[in-house]
Amino acid sequence: MLQKLGGYDTLTHLDRLEAEAIHIFREVAATFSKPVMLYSVGKDSAVMLHLAMKAFYPARPPFPFLHVDTTWKFREMIAFRDRMAAELGFDLLVHVNQDGVREGINPIDHGSSVHTNIMKTVALRQALDAHKFDAAFGGARRDEEKSRAKERVFSFRNAQHGWDPKNQRPEMWKIYNTRVSPGESIRVFPLSNWTELDIWQYILREDIPIVPLYFAAPRPVVERDGMLIMVDDARLKLRPGEVPRQRMVRFRTLGCYPLTGAIDSQATSLEEIVGEMLVARTSERQGRLIDRDEAGSMEKKKREGYF
Amino acid sequence: MEHVSPRAIEQRDGVRAYLAGQERKSLLRFLTCGSVDDGKSTLIGRLLFDARLIFEDQLAALENDSRRHGTAGDDIDFALLVDGLEAEREQGITIDVAYRFFATERRKFIVADTPGHEQYTRNMATGASTADLAIVLVDARAGIMRQTRRHTFIASLLGIRHIVLAVNKIDLVDFSKTAFDAIADEYAALTDDLGFETVTALPISARYGDNVSAPSERLGWHEGPSLLQYLETVAIDAPSDERPFRFPVQYVVRPNLDFRGFAGTIASGSVAVGDAVVVAKSGRASTLARIVTRDGDLDSARQGQAVTLVLADEVEVSRGNMLVAPTARPHVADRFAANIVWFGESALVPGRSYFLRTETDEVPAHVSALKARVDINSFARQPAKTLALNEVGVVEIATQAPVAFDPYGENRATGAFVLIDRMTNATVGAGMIAYPLRRADNIHWQGLDVDASARAAIKGQKPAVLWFTGLSGSGKSTIANRLERKLHAAGRHTYILDGDNIRHGLNRDLGFSEADRVENIRRVAETAKLMADAGLIVLVSFISPFRAERAMARTLMGEVAFAEIFVDTPLEDCAARDPKGLYAKARKGEILNFTGIGSPYEAPDAPDIHIRTQESRPDDAITEIERWLAARDVSGQHFGDGGGI
Repeated sequence: MLQKLGGYDTLTHLDRLEAEAIHIFREVAATFSKPVMLYSVGKDSAVMLHLAMKAFYPARPPFPFLHVDTTWKFREMIAFRDRMAAELGFDLLVHVNQDGVREGINPIDHGSSVHTNIMKTVALRQALDAHKFDAAFGGARRDEEKSRAKERVFSFRNAQHGWDPKNQRPEMWKIYNTRVSPGESIRVFPLSNWTELDIWQYILREDIPIVPLYFAAPRPVVERDGMLIMVDDARLKLRPGEVPRQRMVRFRTLGCYPLTGAIDSQATSLEEIVGEMLVARTSERQGRLIDRDEAGSMEKKKREGYF
Repeated sequence: MEHVSPRAIEQRDGVRAYLAGQERKSLLRFLTCGSVDDGKSTLIGRLLFDARLIFEDQLAALENDSRRHGTAGDDIDFALLVDGLEAEREQGITIDVAYRFFATERRKFIVADTPGHEQYTRNMATGASTADLAIVLVDARAGIMRQTRRHTFIASLLGIRHIVLAVNKIDLVDFSKTAFDAIADEYAALTDDLGFETVTALPISARYGDNVSAPSERLGWHEGPSLLQYLETVAIDAPSDERPFRFPVQYVVRPNLDFRGFAGTIASGSVAVGDAVVVAKSGRASTLARIVTRDGDLDSARQGQAVTLVLADEVEVSRGNMLVAPTARPHVADRFAANIVWFGESALVPGRSYFLRTETDEVPAHVSALKARVDINSFARQPAKTLALNEVGVVEIATQAPVAFDPYGENRATGAFVLIDRMTNATVGAGMIAYPLRRADNIHWQGLDVDASARAAIKGQKPAVLWFTGLSGSGKSTIANRLERKLHAAGRHTYILDGDNIRHGLNRDLGFSEADRVENIRRVAETAKLMADAGLIVLVSFISPFRAERAMARTLMGEVAFAEIFVDTPLEDCAARDPKGLYAKARKGEILNFTGIGSPYEAPDAPDIHIRTQESRPDDAITEIERWLAARDVSGQHFGDGGGI
């Protein structure tokens, strides 16, 4: 009895999401003096990159791409990042918190909380301040986490990069308030209304290149704290009794390898990944140590300037 | 997403076929609203739970949270699934809107869960602005509350056409049909004149799931569908392609000299290559040459698509303008009537300048008349001087440059705007345009042959506006007077607009309330602008206590040289000098709203010229202003060589 939806009759669900994201990209390019896109190399970043290329075609995206490298990313992520930058010819900035490197901050000795704070949150603030970026795109989605579900598409940050969740600007219709004073900035989330399934479906439809770690393959892993941790290099010191075993695994999300749990999987194609996803009974964040640190930990990190 | 079993996928010929089916589903955007504790968040949590969309790790966390913060005894508190902020879980309330996504066999849904507290009305409005349907919850025990009426009214104002009245907690009134009917009848009467297309009342218990996803035996008397069945089938026949073509230009794509494309999202209608289009503000006509996307050129495009359009002719188009159908054009006006919802912590002041922003356009604007405030309980219009936080009003808006728009009732995308505070950049209001005002249509700029530069040239000078601001008794008039004497002696054409003098004439009708002070400055700024246009050097000596109005004055002058001169004398010194005996009277309470005593003075953050009267003599101040004028070549060639006045 329904079906004829206003004006959208020929636009599919993904078409609508794509158009919304492109609109957001253009809005930022038109109204900010120095935008940047946070490129974290994962599947959401891959989709964002693809959308940014579409938004300004035949011109190139009028902003650089920033990767905050914690030095603990999977090696395949770094190789993939450099290949994409070369193929698409985008302007890639890589920032590492050198203070953290000097102090030897790492996720194994210092724990996920300290490591993430210093090598991600503080590092991000350093990079944004150094370049004086007034808008930064991030790939966060509202379906990822409860505090994300509360965030605006254009999310205001004060001069200390803090988010005030109790005092967000009303965001009416598609009218975005892009005005900021010097030092203040806006985090922009073009994928706000996408779900994890939408992301995979779009990658499948558009044939978007992604890091091979998302596909199942035999990889050396150890079981640690109930998670499957891949031994990506020699820095992961093995605990007594831990023996790396080849296991058919893949990753639902990608981050620092000692903090990112793999899942057992036979999915070696996009179709198979989506098939697995559709019957999944746990959320994608389940594989991430950093979100388990404490209740409300994502909100806390965001208030401090994390994406 | 929707939960599926592996078998379901096999039966549907694999993943791609399954996904193709997903793609064809329609989308319904709705919000839940109503008074505090009516169970909005609980209802959404229940819908997600019933749709089996809560992952196992999320469910474990929820059970844990329920024990710590829950308000449902030993049961799972579904509200904690959506109340994602720490403060919300601690206080057991919803502060900001949360967006959730789910799908059923028949449809996809985006839900906005909005707060019930009056102080967070702006967040409710945020959720409502993009929704097709509103679920208004009421507690079956409490019936219709003040917030029920407010949210219903805002939903109607924002153009939502379908309402579901969900009479919740029906278990707490023993599933009583009588109680349900009484509330449904009262609500029907309430919404009679609000212009909704459908209003459907349904009994539910969000906590126990009665009539949420499936009909409930305990509600045997209810013959209608369950809430979810209703949401899956309600016809959202939004207007579509029959509406005229509107393309607000967002961004000009110009990779090289050979390509100039206008990027944007089609707000309504459709367009095809070869179609005639018109630039809304200039009326210039052209033909659509190409519709460019990275996936190849298109022959046609329709509402909702983000595309880049190339025209056959070189016509002037920039962000904020619109490409439109030549036979059905939008209004282009600088005056219009609108409904607004006020979000600002400080009240709306008619006459004060704000930035008005539409989807892609931004212009300075002010409320030229506040026609009425709308009473939330009776929906009656009442006279008002200002609008406070969360109040709704009917206003007339004047913009500094014309904007292109349609009435909101005809087009939500091209008929909406927000107001932004010029000092704090906060979004302080949301507006829905009703109609253009006739004055704007019939009063056109009269083209004049003698222009500002011609008038100035014959006087051998460039016009300027010197805006002296400071407390009463700070010495503004003294400095302005001496400066004018010197300028006059040097053959300059000048005029002083003095606060006290103007209040004897032009502004005789104005008092000292905040609204009147704003209007006082607006009139003086307009007068100064006319005088500058006539080629004069204008000295404005007004307390002008508010930053917003001084900023407005600066913007108004456009190209004309403008100096904000802060005559900075501490309050104690002004009060001690008290040349007119005003401070003494104010301290005795004989003058209300006296600046510095009963009314604030907002000192300039970065004045062009800062005169600290304690540290310098008036002559030093005058020399500094003369230098400023000379640097801008305002006083003509005689000045530039440092010869002085």
